Amino acid sequence: MPSELVHKYLRIDHLPHIWCAGCGNGIIMRDVAVALQELIDDPEVPVSRDKTVVVSGIGCSSRAAGYLDFDSIHTTHGRAIAFATGIKFARPDLEVIVLTGDGDCSAIGGNHLIHAARRNIGLTVVTFNNDIYGMTGGQYSPTTPTGDKATTAPYGNLDRPFDIAQLAAGAGATFTARGSAYHARETTELIKQGILHKGFSLIDVYSVCPTYYGRKNGRGGPVEMLQWQKEHMVPAATYYAMSEEARRDKTLVGVLTHTENPEYTEQYAALVERVRAQSGK
Amino acid sequence: MTPKRILMQGNEACVEGAIAAGMRFFAGYPITPSTEIAERCAQRLPQVGGRFIQMEDELASMAAVLGASVTGVKAMTATSGPGFSLKQENIGYGCLAEIPCVIVDVQRSGPSTGLPTSPSQGDYMQARWGTHGDHPVIALSPSSVQETYRLVIRAFNLSEKYRTPVIFLMDEIVGHMREGVTLPDPRELIINKRHISYHDGANKQCYAVPEGEYVPAMKPFGQGERYNITGLAHDVSGFPTNNNQIAGALYTRLMEKIDRNLDDIVRVEEHMLDDADTAVVCFGGTARAAMSAVQQARAEGMKVGLFRPITVWPFPEAHLRARLPGLKRILMVEHNYGQMLLEVQRSAADRVPVSFLGRVDGTVIPPDDILRKLREMEGNAHAK
Repeated sequence: MPSELVHKYLRIDHLPHIWCAGCGNGIIMRDVAVALQELIDDPEVPVSRDKTVVVSGIGCSSRAAGYLDFDSIHTTHGRAIAFATGIKFARPDLEVIVLTGDGDCSAIGGNHLIHAARRNIGLTVVTFNNDIYGMTGGQYSPTTPTGDKATTAPYGNLDRPFDIAQLAAGAGATFTARGSAYHARETTELIKQGILHKGFSLIDVYSVCPTYYGRKNGRGGPVEMLQWQKEHMVPAATYYAMSEEARRDKTLVGVLTHTENPEYTEQYAALVERVRAQSGK
Repeated sequence: MTPKRILMQGNEACVEGAIAAGMRFFAGYPITPSTEIAERCAQRLPQVGGRFIQMEDELASMAAVLGASVTGVKAMTATSGPGFSLKQENIGYGCLAEIPCVIVDVQRSGPSTGLPTSPSQGDYMQARWGTHGDHPVIALSPSSVQETYRLVIRAFNLSEKYRTPVIFLMDEIVGHMREGVTLPDPRELIINKRHISYHDGANKQCYAVPEGEYVPAMKPFGQGERYNITGLAHDVSGFPTNNNQIAGALYTRLMEKIDRNLDDIVRVEEHMLDDADTAVVCFGGTARAAMSAVQQARAEGMKVGLFRPITVWPFPEAHLRARLPGLKRILMVEHNYGQMLLEVQRSAADRVPVSFLGRVDGTVIPPDDILRKLREMEGNAHAK
């Protein structure tokens, strides 16, 4: 039986989803839905369902927008953040959530990612980061580790991978965090923090792609890949209690950077007020 | 009220007309010779409570304009050849998802970086076929600063009425020219508002159209409708489909919403054609030289008239065909290697011979060149 969450926040008519068996994307989509549900249900928080827009690009990740029952727009490859910038800048009262993938947001859409981060415009970007182009059948992406195999890297990937969260932080994002498909509860909390943060937020969520990445690189099936995340990705409380030595092969699940800077649409509203006061209108 | 007459540049008139049409969102990227449009939007939009943003590139500008438009704001971007090429994928998205907006292309000499400050009409075909796949296009081209002001309002009106991106095809001549302009009383202007409707909450058929109609009403995001927009072929509810019948019906409706409303969309200017045996066909800034040449030819006793498409896409085929019975010859003058020429030849369909005068060196076509060509055509006819 589908849960109450599914009935309320997913578009039942458009399920089942297109993702492969064992894909991590469904878990991350659920994290987004739970985060939104909890914020919408919280009377202390000004997030409303009718003023939430979900924007996506192209790729496996980006099908999530169509399954979530909000105003949703499935845009062109790489341009989700640019469409979202137009939506947020035109209607700053809207909560704009971007669902994207590693290829969509850091390869073809990399320019929009860094510039939205630089402006500190109030978008919440959730990356479904599976280290591969899944929709087109397993080509290497900007997050595929060096040496790993893909259909376009049959002899091993020469490229060095991006850390999308660090890239965004370096470009000026004021909230960055890392989650994983395995760490659903922690990831949901991080997405909630990202939505509540005023300014550009990015939550880089490691997904699992057993069909292409896992199979090409001998990582086993979905269970083994989630097991790897359980063993190698560590929530903040535990992570910071560990010795530096013990952390060496571990990845933090939690907030990476969090700073306060003026948000772009608020700055523009102040500019409009200033200009109109000067021109006496 | 005495109408205000002021000196204005074509690019500036484009902005003022757009603001009069209700444009309150501009996203752009600097590119010669359209940059003054972005500059004036940056200055003017905050004054009228609108929003200007300089995006990181041309693709982002087009995407931001589409994003803004789905929230219910009239939105515009401006560019020139190289940037127009970069915007094409998202223009196609606007055509398929039926998102109104205006794209200004102030044409310059190309291909590639070409002659950035020199005039050209080389984007005529790109305006029609720039984005991939079969899609509808409306493109309007002004030939004066005054007309730029009025015509950009019409561009917004058509965009809203037909829920489609409209290309406002200017050229460097008109964009950078300064002329006296009479600004109309805003109360005299006809401004189309967006056709908005509220759908049945249980059955959100946001792309459904009543029998005999072609354009679905639109509802802005953020009103609780919770509908879906996609660049995939979609059904009337806005969700992706692989059903060939549904996809075919969608693509057909998109074409028919323009093709079945040509009387409303197509506008031409016709000068001294009633007794003419020769028609000069010309559009945009180049038409001013053609008009001058036509007047001089008349003074020399030649029976010449001017046929100027204002709606350049769809090409005014029926209007030109209606003129064919009285014509012995047509001269197509355009600032390229022969693009609208193909449409004129198709419309004339061997019933009237079509000559061509074009130029691709980045200099303007002077009236004398056109006049010389007209004399030559007339002379050839007498020699026969």
